[in-house]
Amino acid sequence: MEETMANTAKVSTPRRTKRIQISSLLASAPMAIVAIGVFVVCVGYSVMLSFTKSRLFPNFNWVGLDQYERLWGTSRWVVSVENLFLYGILFIAFCLVSGFFMAVFLDQKVRFESGFRTLFLYPYAMSLVVTGLVWQWMMEPSLGVQNVIQRMGWESFEFAPLVDPQYALYGVLIAAVWQSSGLVMALMLAGLRGIDGEIWKAARVDGIPAWRTYLFIVLPMMRPVMITSVVLLAVGVVRVYDLIVAQTGGGPGMSTEMPAKFVIDHITARGNVGLGMAAATMMLLPVLLVIGPWIYREYVRPAKH
Amino acid sequence: MEQIQLTGPHGPKPKKTTVSRLGVYAFLFSAAVFFCIPLYVMLITSLKGMSEIRLGELFSLPGDPSFAAWVKAWGEACSGVECNGIQTGFWNSVKITIPSVAISIILGSINGYALSFWRFKGSNLLFGILLFGAFVPFQVVIFPLIIFLREVGLYGSLTGIILIHTIFGMPIMTLLFRNYFSSLPDELFKAARVDGANFWQIFFQIMMPLSIPVTVVAVILQTTGIWNDYLLGLIFAGRENLPMTVQLNNIVATTFGVREYNVNMAATILTALVPLAIYLLSGKYFVRGIAAGAVKG
Repeated sequence: MEETMANTAKVSTPRRTKRIQISSLLASAPMAIVAIGVFVVCVGYSVMLSFTKSRLFPNFNWVGLDQYERLWGTSRWVVSVENLFLYGILFIAFCLVSGFFMAVFLDQKVRFESGFRTLFLYPYAMSLVVTGLVWQWMMEPSLGVQNVIQRMGWESFEFAPLVDPQYALYGVLIAAVWQSSGLVMALMLAGLRGIDGEIWKAARVDGIPAWRTYLFIVLPMMRPVMITSVVLLAVGVVRVYDLIVAQTGGGPGMSTEMPAKFVIDHITARGNVGLGMAAATMMLLPVLLVIGPWIYREYVRPAKH
Repeated sequence: MEQIQLTGPHGPKPKKTTVSRLGVYAFLFSAAVFFCIPLYVMLITSLKGMSEIRLGELFSLPGDPSFAAWVKAWGEACSGVECNGIQTGFWNSVKITIPSVAISIILGSINGYALSFWRFKGSNLLFGILLFGAFVPFQVVIFPLIIFLREVGLYGSLTGIILIHTIFGMPIMTLLFRNYFSSLPDELFKAARVDGANFWQIFFQIMMPLSIPVTVVAVILQTTGIWNDYLLGLIFAGRENLPMTVQLNNIVATTFGVREYNVNMAATILTALVPLAIYLLSGKYFVRGIAAGAVKG
């Protein structure tokens, strides 16, 4: 330490700072390589390939927007996008509503609270492949839930959505909500616990019933939690692949096809990279438009420190 | 990272009217039943014989519970033409998960530390790009990565899939550690620098011991995430190293002759066992981890 003290002269300080900065740059190298190499160069490369005629291997025969024209003329893609929208909206809505209710009911000073919490959240720890396979088995037409209820005497009961193109997407939806609504519950419960307890006293004094307090006072206060939940759920929606592959394989017909699966199928089995990359670029677009400005505003622009 | 505290209930004081209390419990119990049914069905199906399953009593307890299906799922079930059970997948997943978790956490913590205390020109932009990476659909980067790994000869190898998991784990790990380190008092860092400690000394002697709680969160997050991964393992791991989730799906999809639902369900439980155990043992850390993804620092 004495040495350091002796060297406090102005000369040595900049030298040390410089040396230290080099090791900090060195330490940041993997991050820089991944950030630029993967999330800029690879993304750019994918977008570039979407303007080419690449089949199994990449080539650079430029075809302009031909692949995009082809893409939107491909019924499987159009159906995939429609499926994604329907599934995504319903999935997010159901998860939010059920998660909110579970959180509110758990917040009523109930017994076994932590037991209930554990039960509501455990599906979120399981993989989507597991989720898909379990629900596929339960929705089996001749041995699953439908069969049990029918044999109990309710002959007209139907619960085999996966074999019916009209309802297959809802079968996937049930499994997905089962897996993810606990996540919203956990986030919302934490949000409720963070709300000032005085609110309840004030509402009590004013004679406002509890349900109205929840709906009109507490819910608006939980906006940040809601946004977090929606972002996490939406990221899951765009990426939905495993669940589909395990539970339905995209069928029956094209009834549960999704954009994520479209891309993977086209770059692997179908060997049509150009079209697959056009589809991937279409998936990137909404993410870029929504997340891009938000990241820029929150992290890149402010150099406060 | 937002501090999530599950202290006591803060809700309105419960009224003493028993009817509404009953309603609350009725709701919670029916929700609990809904969440339990798949686990219950999975478990009892795996303990039944095929003749019992064919009776179609999905919810009835096994008359003669046996672990035969578990043994078969572990060691003999067929995926494609190979009939070695799901055990190879299990060990592959172990071989993939342990190094991937370790490397991604080491890199993430160094990144977070550098971003919190050693800002350099462009570090904000770098972090912004990385954060964008947390939201990018895998589909957009998978194909270039396949090409790249093929070029360097790592496509379809254990090293390749570990590298891939490290890449895709980096955004969230960096975010997690950056937010944690940013919450530490600045004086801590300044005092260490005044004492002449350098970049690595501060990291190893001060920051690492302090970051044990956030490291636990990171381990849970990454272990469950990588264990549960299907897509990346399917594409990058190669035939020899397919993780458990991929093998599970192959076993269930393999259909010569009769579908053995009991074996399928046993294999499914075995695959879910590791993350489930982590979940049950980790408690509040698991909840902290899931919130880490979208919370700003």
